[in-house]
Amino acid sequence: MTILGTLALWVAFLLAIFGAVVGFLGGWKDRADLKRSARNAVFAMFGAMATAVFALEWALFHHDFNVEYVAAYTSRNLPIFYTWSALYAGQKGSLLFWATVLSLFGSLAQLLTAPRHRVYLPYVTGVVSTVAAFFILVMLAAANPFDRLAYTPLDGGGLNPQLQNPGMVFHPPMLYLGYISMTIPFAFAIAALLSRRLDSDWLVAIRKWTLVSWLFLSIGLVLGMWWAYVELGWGGYWAWDPVENAALLPWLTMTAFLHSVMIQEKRGMLKKWNLALVIGSWLLSIMGTFITRSGVISSVHSFTQSSVGYYFLVFLVGAAIASFTLYARRLPLLEAESRLESMVSREATFLFNNLLFVGIAFSVLWGTLFPILSEAVEGTKVTVGPPFFNQVNIPLGLGLLALTGIGPLIAWRRASLPNLRRQFAVPVTAGVFAMLLLLVIGMRDLSPMLTVGIGSFVVATVIQEFVRGTRARHRQYGEATALALARLVARNRRRYGGYVVHAGIVVLFIAFAGMAFKTETEATLRPGESATVKSPYGWTYTFTHLGISQYDQLNRQVTAATIEIRRNGKRVGLLTTEKRQHVDGLGRPTFQPSTAVGIRSDPLEDLYVVLGGVVNGTEQAVLRFTINPLVWWVWYGGMIVVLGGLIVMWPGGTPAVKRTQAGYAVRLVAEK
Amino acid sequence: MILRPSLARVAVLALACALLGGVAPLGAQTRDSLAGSGPGGTLWDPNRVGRPLEPITAADNDAAIQVIEKRLRCTCSCNQDVYTCRTTDFSCTTSPTMHRHVQALASRGLIGQQIVDSFVQEDGIAVLMAPPAHGFNLAGYFTPGLVILAAGVLLVLALRRWSGDAAPAPAPAAPADASPEELERLRRELAQFTD
Repeated sequence: MTILGTLALWVAFLLAIFGAVVGFLGGWKDRADLKRSARNAVFAMFGAMATAVFALEWALFHHDFNVEYVAAYTSRNLPIFYTWSALYAGQKGSLLFWATVLSLFGSLAQLLTAPRHRVYLPYVTGVVSTVAAFFILVMLAAANPFDRLAYTPLDGGGLNPQLQNPGMVFHPPMLYLGYISMTIPFAFAIAALLSRRLDSDWLVAIRKWTLVSWLFLSIGLVLGMWWAYVELGWGGYWAWDPVENAALLPWLTMTAFLHSVMIQEKRGMLKKWNLALVIGSWLLSIMGTFITRSGVISSVHSFTQSSVGYYFLVFLVGAAIASFTLYARRLPLLEAESRLESMVSREATFLFNNLLFVGIAFSVLWGTLFPILSEAVEGTKVTVGPPFFNQVNIPLGLGLLALTGIGPLIAWRRASLPNLRRQFAVPVTAGVFAMLLLLVIGMRDLSPMLTVGIGSFVVATVIQEFVRGTRARHRQYGEATALALARLVARNRRRYGGYVVHAGIVVLFIAFAGMAFKTETEATLRPGESATVKSPYGWTYTFTHLGISQYDQLNRQVTAATIEIRRNGKRVGLLTTEKRQHVDGLGRPTFQPSTAVGIRSDPLEDLYVVLGGVVNGTEQAVLRFTINPLVWWVWYGGMIVVLGGLIVMWPGGTPAVKRTQAGYAVRLVAEK
Repeated sequence: MILRPSLARVAVLALACALLGGVAPLGAQTRDSLAGSGPGGTLWDPNRVGRPLEPITAADNDAAIQVIEKRLRCTCSCNQDVYTCRTTDFSCTTSPTMHRHVQALASRGLIGQQIVDSFVQEDGIAVLMAPPAHGFNLAGYFTPGLVILAAGVLLVLALRRWSGDAAPAPAPAAPADASPEELERLRRELAQFTD
């Protein structure tokens, strides 16, 4: 099977080179036969890559430990769920996964692109094939997942225990899907530049792709936070680790694009900016891969580091030079079709929104790369950890949150004073009222107060928009409230789905603010002994250690401490936290013992208990108790964001092309 | 009834296992996993829990010590602060040593910044979770803000110029077949549409 896999990689590589050459030539010479060949090459490349994935999965499921990758990431007793996900647990497998999904997306772009946008496809094929060729080349030259060992071990080393978590089965592919799908909008952007078709047509072609990409990135980020929270045991979900930052960067720029693209669609403005954002987002996704793979910046994600990072650096620099050179040459064709009419308009607020999104992206990138810069300038590598990122990004984040509410309240083109008064009265009152309420109940922390105040303002804008829209339909069509609301959303999915995303973002921000009130205590408890911890809400929690049990489960030896929880003396339940010693199929320990956190979650707070270990081999347990307020809302806020994204991209509603035309129609009528 | 040979073997093995299983605990009283019921509540296999730990003392929960430790980076290459690293899964051996060092310095009468300075003297500024705000590091703190501020000023200037350039649209000539009332209604509806 490894011969088949390597052969499939070579075939895919040759097809990618062929597809790239023929795609670009077909677009340039406008030759139908070349275009057809390029299209078929992408399909064939996907076939070859799927064969390679099949070969690797075959080796994984058949425990072919002569294959270095299989021996490194699996063992005979690894649960089947994780044997499958071992495909992308390591460097080599994730490159294979990446190239395969890219070829799949390339094929889907051929099949799903509407006939009126097929003019871009030869160049799109060329770009996708070039990127795929690079990934396959890296595998063939430096990271072949089908490399064999000189001997066959009896069993494999097993999968890193931290990766044996459902979150890790879904988190990496979601993030990868987000990164990879970003190649398609990038390919369309390059196609638009090469073909000089730089009106808003290419934006319509990439609309679903940008949303898909943003949605996968959002899901990947939230799942990553969830995994870090339940698996790593440090009591938080975001540590501003370089690899986390690398995933956040393209999400920020893509979110900026999803806002600014509306200005181009409605007003024919910001063409240069939108192109730059699409190109920049894709380059950031490649840069994220470089940071993850190279180990150039120290990160907790050290399990993915190797020398292939420098291949990515070369590719990144080459792609950036090529893309922005082409972009610079086309600048004269990217003039705006209309002008901004007022500083007080939705267009202007969207520009400030973009400024903050890109500004936050810049500050995150700056903080991530500053250790390298400092080492180059001063010869000393400094650490840039959470204190730096929080200090810089919290004010920017609050500004962005405020714009989330302000933007939808201001009319397109020009807002009048009565219009502003009518739109802002209720939301501003809600925000001020929320802050006063917090002051009255004794809160004095500025950041959480501002977060709740601004969050209330944004939620009020969202509710106001839904209420007004529903009332308008009720008045105009006589529909019942529920029906009017459903039809309002169904007919304007982008707008109201966007509002749902805004509501989800508010929930996330308020949940983040909750972590300012986190409390932690360590204790050593014998069975029957208790520790008490004061909750930020004023309750007293009593944690009683009931004892430790040891047993074997799946591929691990478990040591579990059972804790009884009482709130103000009233029993609320039991919680178990574990130490897990993973073993291979022969019963040999494979990694250091890992921790399984005990979590009891409710909408107000999480009780988070970690078994650190025991004293002198007895049941005297070393435990850490953490109370994390509002964490529950991080996961549900994430779900609301995803729900909003799904509403926006759900097929149907008003077609994008009509919406675009509607925008111009309004302009023509007004300016005639 | 005659048992087939394979089934007979299985039955004999099962019987043997049951007997051994029943006898073994009688001779293994020294190892007990029940809470507090064995001699000293010793674990059946302490090696499964990782390295042995010291009991937590009141000083370990000292809020002032925690604040200091959250400013110091553990040098085990985990990229976390000392407090977070030593309490995450308690497997690191570097952060407990640094923790003891912090406690020792505190017991000698040193306060927050002095303890941090002492670590910087020993390990360099890389031991800090955030670079000190002086020298080139100021660029680290102020560049993002200054860049965003500069971009904001440029954006405001550009917006003012663009909105100034955009000449007010002349009032559209009323079509012959549209009354002023109809035009007013159209304007209202367009305003609603664009809101």
